[in-house]
Amino acid sequence: MEKQLTAAEAVTAVKDHYRIMVGGFGIPGTPMILVDALLKQNTRHLTLIKNEANIAGMGVSKLVENGQVDNLVTSHLGLNSAVLGMMNRKEINVEFNPQGILVERIRCGGAGLLGFITDIGIDTILRENKQVIKINDRTGILETALRADVALVHAAIGDRFGNLVYEKSARNFNPAMATAAKIVIAEVEKLVEPGELDPDTIHTPGAFVDHVVVINELTDEYGILEDYVIG
Amino acid sequence: MSSADAKNTKQIIAARAEKEVMPGQVINVGIGIPTLILKYLDPAKQVFVHSENGIVGMGSHCSRTDADRNLIDAGGGYVGMEVGGSFCDSVLSFTLVRGGRLDVAFLGALEVSRTGDLANWIIPGKYSPGIGGGMELAQKARRLVITTSHTNRKGDPKILDQCTLPLTAKACVNRIITELAVMDIEDGNLVLKELAEGVSINDVVSKTAAPLIFIESEVGRF
Repeated sequence: MEKQLTAAEAVTAVKDHYRIMVGGFGIPGTPMILVDALLKQNTRHLTLIKNEANIAGMGVSKLVENGQVDNLVTSHLGLNSAVLGMMNRKEINVEFNPQGILVERIRCGGAGLLGFITDIGIDTILRENKQVIKINDRTGILETALRADVALVHAAIGDRFGNLVYEKSARNFNPAMATAAKIVIAEVEKLVEPGELDPDTIHTPGAFVDHVVVINELTDEYGILEDYVIG
Repeated sequence: MSSADAKNTKQIIAARAEKEVMPGQVINVGIGIPTLILKYLDPAKQVFVHSENGIVGMGSHCSRTDADRNLIDAGGGYVGMEVGGSFCDSVLSFTLVRGGRLDVAFLGALEVSRTGDLANWIIPGKYSPGIGGGMELAQKARRLVITTSHTNRKGDPKILDQCTLPLTAKACVNRIITELAVMDIEDGNLVLKELAEGVSINDVVSKTAAPLIFIESEVGRF
């Protein structure tokens, strides 16, 4: 099956009011080219599920700052003063999740499960408005599964069948998100012919991926952030 | 406190905290002072540093020359890898944490209570950057060490009888390391273990808003 599209073609799958997942933890693994295409398309009233919101003026932060996102389901915004400011001014709804709970909710969604029970946050305000369940002598919170209409992920290498290989710390949320949406779009830095990837090294089987977008040239956003060179 | 003093405070805490790490352990260091611990980490200990974004065996912060755009720590800083290190996705990364494979986690604090409750993620209406991995680290690491300045920017004690801020986790703290002292939570009590150089017991007591238990002759120095 031919899955290759341009970024602009691929993101037409995202419509107003959709729930979208975007992979990445900081720059690594964030599909900047697909996000830029979505910015250009100006799709609005989105619910965005992402670990963080990148930093101000970069990646998904541009979607939020452009008013395209109504709801953000995330884990941490400590490095993004722009989005934190919008949250404080109530220009955007933010739902914070413990990071591992966020990805586990996505994993559950991808695995066709309705949710799971955890003791994380049981003694905190996160317990409020959630169902509390007793299992034998232990008490847990019911965490519901997350799914999206469209997931945007980034991989280092892919083939035309949608098989994906991630690199280093750019793997993060991408494999889970690639299982948890109706339509999964992967941007890849390098496209190889089917058969070139060793089946043992493939992280996401192509069966999960609907569209592959080849990045012709990495934009500056994929580069090193000088402010974060600390050593 | 001047910025030079603040920097020195952090280094004192990080250097002392390094001594908590035993050879071969799997550890996690949170953002802030905990990250500085890696600078002091003895390579002979062959420790595996876990990072929430999917690294087991992370190295320390690296220079511009060695920086790899695909290799950062959970705070966004560019890092290297140690021999034997590996990458995983976020699901497996937190399976390691919640599954109890983390020997020690080091986190910062806004408040810690006498009974080991930790508050470090939200000041309602003022500061709420999100939870990140902190809640899971606090609840599930086999040992939780808090590295923090003894008082906040206003000079008020961070160690209290009870936390006033929303909790990160209850009764999770094993040890607190500040620029003044090392304290343990033992059976719901705060026990003074060590004093920093030049610091008196009275200095610590006056800056701690919870009963401090100690046997003077058994209090060490660092």
